[in-house]
Amino acid sequence: MRKKKSRLVQQEIKAFYLFLSPWIIGMVLFTGGPLIASFLFSFTSYDIVKPPVWCGLSNYKEIFSDKIFIQSLKVTLKYVMGAVPLNVIGALILATILNQKVYGLSIWRTIYYLPVVTTGVAVSLLWSWVLNPEFGIVNTLLQKIFGIRGPDWFYSERWAIPSFILMSIWGVGGPMLIYLGGMQGIPTQLYEAAEIDGASWWQSYIHITLPLITPVIFYNLVTSIIGTFQVFTPAFIITQGGPNYASYFYVLNLFKHAFQYYHMGYASALAWILFVVVLILTIIAFRIANYWVYYEEKR
Amino acid sequence: MVNYKNRKTRQKITSLILTLILAIGGIAVLLPILWMLSTSLKDQGAVFIIPPKWIPNPIRWDNYSKALEFMNAKVVYKNTVLITFISILGTLISSSLVAFAFARLRAPGKEILFLLVLSTIMLPQQVVLIPQFIMFKLIGWIDTFYPLTLPFFFATTPFLIFLLRQFFMTIPIEMDEAARLDGCSYFQVYYKIILPLSKPAIGIVAIQSFMSNWNEFIRPLIFINSAAKYTVSVALANFSAEYGMTPWNLLMAASLVALLPCIALFFFAQRYFIQGIVVTGLKG
Repeated sequence: MRKKKSRLVQQEIKAFYLFLSPWIIGMVLFTGGPLIASFLFSFTSYDIVKPPVWCGLSNYKEIFSDKIFIQSLKVTLKYVMGAVPLNVIGALILATILNQKVYGLSIWRTIYYLPVVTTGVAVSLLWSWVLNPEFGIVNTLLQKIFGIRGPDWFYSERWAIPSFILMSIWGVGGPMLIYLGGMQGIPTQLYEAAEIDGASWWQSYIHITLPLITPVIFYNLVTSIIGTFQVFTPAFIITQGGPNYASYFYVLNLFKHAFQYYHMGYASALAWILFVVVLILTIIAFRIANYWVYYEEKR
Repeated sequence: MVNYKNRKTRQKITSLILTLILAIGGIAVLLPILWMLSTSLKDQGAVFIIPPKWIPNPIRWDNYSKALEFMNAKVVYKNTVLITFISILGTLISSSLVAFAFARLRAPGKEILFLLVLSTIMLPQQVVLIPQFIMFKLIGWIDTFYPLTLPFFFATTPFLIFLLRQFFMTIPIEMDEAARLDGCSYFQVYYKIILPLSKPAIGIVAIQSFMSNWNEFIRPLIFINSAAKYTVSVALANFSAEYGMTPWNLLMAASLVALLPCIALFFFAQRYFIQGIVVTGLKG
C-alpha cells in the first residue's frame, strides 16, 4: 500500500515537471539565460562584429559621467513623477464618480476604456497630430474657446514632457476599470450599516471605500511606475528624444546605444541599471505598503 | 414624506451633475479619435486649413486605399496576422500547461518556482532583449518571424500564466480526483476537464495576447530588416520617412485601420476585457 502511494506521488511530481517543461526551457533560453548574459556583457566592450572584450567596470564608470545618461534619467523621472500620480489619482476620482448613481454607466465605462485598447505606433502618430502646434485640434480649440495661443507641445523643450504626460492621461481608463472592479466588490452591508449610524457620503467614502481598495491603489501604483519608467514607443515615434534631448527617455537612450550604435556592452549596463532601479522602486513601494495598504484578514 | 421626496430630488440632481461631468470628460476622450477620423477623410490641402474644419469637404474615401497601398498593406497585414495568430497559439498552449502544473499538481520546489514566475512579471523587457538579439543573430534568425513567435511557445508571458493559474484554482479539485479514479491521465484531466471549464479565462488570455502582439513595436523593429517582412507597427513608423514628408490625412487613415481590429475586438468582447482586468487587478 505504502509503496503504491509513493509511486503515485512520484508520478505526480513527474507530471508536474513535464507540464512545467515549456516554462523551464523558456526561462533558460529567453529570460534567465539572457538576464545573466546581459549582466556579463555589461562588463565587456562588444560591438557584435568582434568578440566581446572584458573591460571591468568601465561601462558603468562611463555611464555615470555621461551627460546624456543623466539627462535621460532626469527626463524619465520627470515623466514618471507627472504621469503616475495623475493617472493613479485621476483614475480613482473617475472610478468614484462612475461608482455613484449615474446615467449610462456602461457607455461611459466603454468610452473611457476605449483609449486603453488603442496603443502603440498608431496612437503615437495620432497624438503627434492632435498636438500639432499649428494645425492640431488642441491648439485650435484653445484658440477658439479661450482665445489663447497654445504651446508648441512636442516641439518645445519645456512642453515636451507635459505633452507625453497628457498623452498618458488619455489611458486613465485602464486603472479606472481596476478601481471600479475593486469598489464594486465591497459588500453593500458595510455602507448600509454606516448609513444607519448616520454617516455622510464622505465619511463612508473615507472610512469604508478607500481603506478597502488600498490594495487596488497599490497595484495600480506599482504597475504604473514600472510601465511609465519603460516608455519608449511614443518618444521614438514622435520626438526621437528631442528637442535638444528634452524627451530623451531612458529606454530610448538604451535602444540607440544597443541597436543603432551597437554598443552592446554599454547598453547591457544601461539595461541592468534600469532593472535595478525598477527593482528598488518596487521594493520601496512594497515596504511603504505595510503602512497604508489594508488587507482583509484571511479567514 | 416631504423629506423623502426632497432627498430623492437631491439624489437626482447629483446624478445629473455627475453624468454631466462624465459626459464632458467623455467628449474630451473621444476627441482625438474623431479628429483622426476627420483628418483621414480630408483632402491633402484641407489638412492645413486654419481654423480646421470637422466635416471634410470633399470627403476623400480614396485616402484609405491610397494609404493602404502605399504601406504595402496586403503583405504587411498578412505578416502581422500570421505572427499574431502563431503567438496566440503558442501562448495559449504553453501558459495553460504551465498554469495547470502550478494550480493542480503537487511537487517539491513548486512554491519557489511560482515565486520565480511572479518575479519575472516585473522584469523590464529591455534587460533580456540585447542577449536575445545577439543569440538570434548568431543562429541567423534575424529578419525571420521566429524571434517574434517562437518564444511564446515557451510560456514567456508570466502574467498570463498567473492569470490562468488563478482561474484554474477556482475549479474544485474533486473534479480532477474523480477523473483520475476513472483512469484519466493528468494530460486528460487538463485537456478534458480543466480546459473546457476555463473558456472565459482562455478568452481573456487570447485577447490580451492578441492586443500585445498586434501592437508590439520594439521587437519587430529590432528583429526585422526587410520591408517584405514588416509588421503593421513598423510599416506605420516608416510611413512618413518613405513618403518624404508627413501626409497627415493618409497617415491617419493608415493608423485608424491599424487600430480597427483592436477597437472591433473591444466592442465585441467587452465582457472579456473587463473581466480580465478585474480578475488580475484584484488578485494582483
